[in-house]
Amino acid sequence: MPKMTLQIDGKNHEVDVPSDQPLLYTLTDQLKFKGPRFGCGLAQCGTCTVLVNNQAVRSCVTPTSAVANATSKIRTLDGLAQGDKLHPMQTAFIEEQAAQCGYCTNGWIMQSIALLEKNPRATDEQIIQGLDNLQCRCGTHIAILRAVKKARETMNA
Amino acid sequence: MKSMNVTRREFLQSSSALVVGVSGVLPTLDVQAQNVAPKILGPNPSNLDTWIKIGGDGLVTINSGKMDCGQGLDVAYSQIAAEELDVPLSQVIVLFGDTKTSVNQGGGSASSGIRQGAIPIRNAAAEARRVLLQMASVELQVPVDQLDVNNGKVFVKGNPSKSTTYAQIIANKEFSTNLEWNKKIGNDLNVTGQAKPKNFADYKIVGKDAPRRDIKDHVLAKEHFTAHIRPANLLHGRAIRPPQAGASVVSVDKSSVAFIPGVRVFQKDNFVAVVANTEWDAVRASRALKVTWTKENRPLKGGDKEMFNYIKNATPTFVNAVPMFFGKKEYNAEPTLEALKTSAKVIEAEYFAPFQSHARISPSCGVVDVKSDSVQIWTDTQKPHYQREGIAKFLNVNPEQVQAKWMHGAGSYGRSDADEAPYEAALLSKEYGQPVRVQWSREEGIAWDPKAPAAVINLKAGLDAQNNITSWLFKAKGFNGWDVKFNAESPEHTLVGMQTGHKKWTAYNFNIPEESYQFPKHVHWWETVPPYLEQASPLRTAHLRAPQEMQTRFAQECFIDEVANATSMDPVAFRLKYIKESREKEVLEAVAKKFDWDGSYKPKKSGDTYTGRGVALYNGYQSFAAVACEVEVNKKTGRIWVKRVVVGMDCGLVINPMGVKAALEGQIMQGISRALYEEVKFDDQRVTSVDWNTYRIASMKDVPGKVDIVILNRPEKDSGGVAEPGLVSLPAAIANAVFNATQVRVRQYPITPQRVKTLTV
Repeated sequence: MPKMTLQIDGKNHEVDVPSDQPLLYTLTDQLKFKGPRFGCGLAQCGTCTVLVNNQAVRSCVTPTSAVANATSKIRTLDGLAQGDKLHPMQTAFIEEQAAQCGYCTNGWIMQSIALLEKNPRATDEQIIQGLDNLQCRCGTHIAILRAVKKARETMNA
Repeated sequence: MKSMNVTRREFLQSSSALVVGVSGVLPTLDVQAQNVAPKILGPNPSNLDTWIKIGGDGLVTINSGKMDCGQGLDVAYSQIAAEELDVPLSQVIVLFGDTKTSVNQGGGSASSGIRQGAIPIRNAAAEARRVLLQMASVELQVPVDQLDVNNGKVFVKGNPSKSTTYAQIIANKEFSTNLEWNKKIGNDLNVTGQAKPKNFADYKIVGKDAPRRDIKDHVLAKEHFTAHIRPANLLHGRAIRPPQAGASVVSVDKSSVAFIPGVRVFQKDNFVAVVANTEWDAVRASRALKVTWTKENRPLKGGDKEMFNYIKNATPTFVNAVPMFFGKKEYNAEPTLEALKTSAKVIEAEYFAPFQSHARISPSCGVVDVKSDSVQIWTDTQKPHYQREGIAKFLNVNPEQVQAKWMHGAGSYGRSDADEAPYEAALLSKEYGQPVRVQWSREEGIAWDPKAPAAVINLKAGLDAQNNITSWLFKAKGFNGWDVKFNAESPEHTLVGMQTGHKKWTAYNFNIPEESYQFPKHVHWWETVPPYLEQASPLRTAHLRAPQEMQTRFAQECFIDEVANATSMDPVAFRLKYIKESREKEVLEAVAKKFDWDGSYKPKKSGDTYTGRGVALYNGYQSFAAVACEVEVNKKTGRIWVKRVVVGMDCGLVINPMGVKAALEGQIMQGISRALYEEVKFDDQRVTSVDWNTYRIASMKDVPGKVDIVILNRPEKDSGGVAEPGLVSLPAAIANAVFNATQVRVRQYPITPQRVKTLTV
């Protein structure tokens, strides 16, 4: 098994895993990250989302070796808050109570951040379109949409 | 008036009375009826210390045998306890579902978190306050009636400087006070003390908005879920399911996974699994393992395409006329059939409901550590106490040695797959002597979870010459709702249990709607049909959120609409004419008002888009809920969009309005999902709904343009259930709106884009 280095949340992590092992398992099983989670293993739900160079990536289908390089900077929900300072998206989710079971929250937060970082003035329609490929089984969409719209304002403030 | 729903679901949660098969016996041996206290495992419910502890810092800890599915039950319990104790809300925390510290309150079940689960907590908190005041009276040398409490500080009335605190009085010591236990376990369990809880008029904390506390843990990615639990020396397990439903193992070629280091192959009867040192190794070994299975001949008969004909033609396994529970009730259809014959006009219709999956966002996950003298289970089952008993039985160990510790999990909506992985992990951990974590695959989570049963429902109504209803017939015929039990208290209620030879439970259940309406000569009954496959079926059924209520209410509330239309009456006015219960009338009136429902509304057509409105209502779980919506139907794309929705809820005393609102918002979306998309597809071999493409659920684009939630607070009434009543009406309200828009009746849900496209408008 090859030794690989991953740059996650500004830190280097050495791992020794099969090169085709999906990043999700490396993050959760070897490195004990708690944000990205298994939901489908098929890139259909987004629960496993991390950002790689600010793009939302589904870690369940991304081979670890594909992002173990000097140019891939990985961001996770685990590393989003700076100490006690929460990211505006996290604050918005708390304020709008935008979780029921909370299992899929990771994907909604990470993909919404990628969306608004790329397009800070995304319209409501662009937000709905941009988040339509995430799944939430509890049906928390109404509150999540409120939270993302709120974060659009606070991230731009 | 208490709705019949109130207790029918709990009835069996705490007793052994069952509706059994035609060849079996009828309800007997009700432990409660015989007044014999059930055996208690773990803490004693009669002990106040079981329920409440107060630490040296004044922190109040409530131990509850319930759990939370993400609806903030802990906040509501904290509000109730803080209210009774006169402490700040922030001073109370709730620990859920640890079998070591809590009694079996039935877990997450039947929307009973508040309407039943909160009652012993309220009583215990009131009693704790009484005992604390007595202790303070001794300490301060002042009679109890001269004492008052504010924010956990006990003081002498008129002389507040003479005071003490709860923390000082009790600090980590025990109350050593007995409560009166009603000798029931499960949802019905209750305890009472000498103290009487407060009158609602004195509430300061209950009834006010209080935010959830766990959302911060979610957004900060804290260790929270069963899936996060990874003890030292952990093995990862995954099962291999048969390619054809009902197939048995012929042989397993262990050499096929020899290329993956450390993999071990487990087989017991028809349960085959792999364990490995890493999760990915377990996943790829489960894919690589070569298993030869027997060939079965069309185990699922004609598949979903033939399903409704199969139901219609099947000889019933059981016929009954009760709502879901309560044993056996005879019925006599003759007077109704006679009245129908002599009616001026007869309206009839047939409705179709699919199999639906819990399809949890994470499929089942469980971590179990079997040691020589103890078993530790980390689980997100809704019923950890029953799971503890079941796994003890499965492993043949003393349940006293087994601890189930409830963790947060992916949303669960009844008897989901949440019980499955822990049983499998237990079996594997016992075999290998190490802790084992089993994470089901997406395919297992949709194709192999317990399902809501499909049904065909017939209704007939007779009308006289003045369009008054003379007779009403309701017949539901569907797959039995109880292939496995709502409590996984024994291995035969799980897939691995059945695959390892535990014979299927025999009990029958479907449902008829509560009779909201006062119709003359009415008759309601249900019939169940045989399962395609007896043992270990991927289509085995169990409770899914509002079990058999959505199927039966879809038919009933659509049919009401048809009859209203046939008599040229407005569907709201028609319902109001026949509803019995004033609270149900008032919630419908409140929704109609918020919606601006009036006679001047006209459905619209613009290009391929038709717009119309619909309404439906529901009573159950001691609550009343109505839904009105306006939908857009695009004939070309098949898309239905719920443009506007109003949900009204009368759930008696409201503990936390923002919690009720959040629960109803979730039910709107899950209701839309079940109305428009969700159906389990299967061919004659296997379930073919295996992922989010083949089992579609609602997405962001389905969020309605406008959502209004109307909560009717009735503090003088007992709290009713909140987690299900709003959901039930969505499919009927949407189907009624589709009719209003297009003048075409859709008598089947889900109303998928494909079905909309085939409507002849």
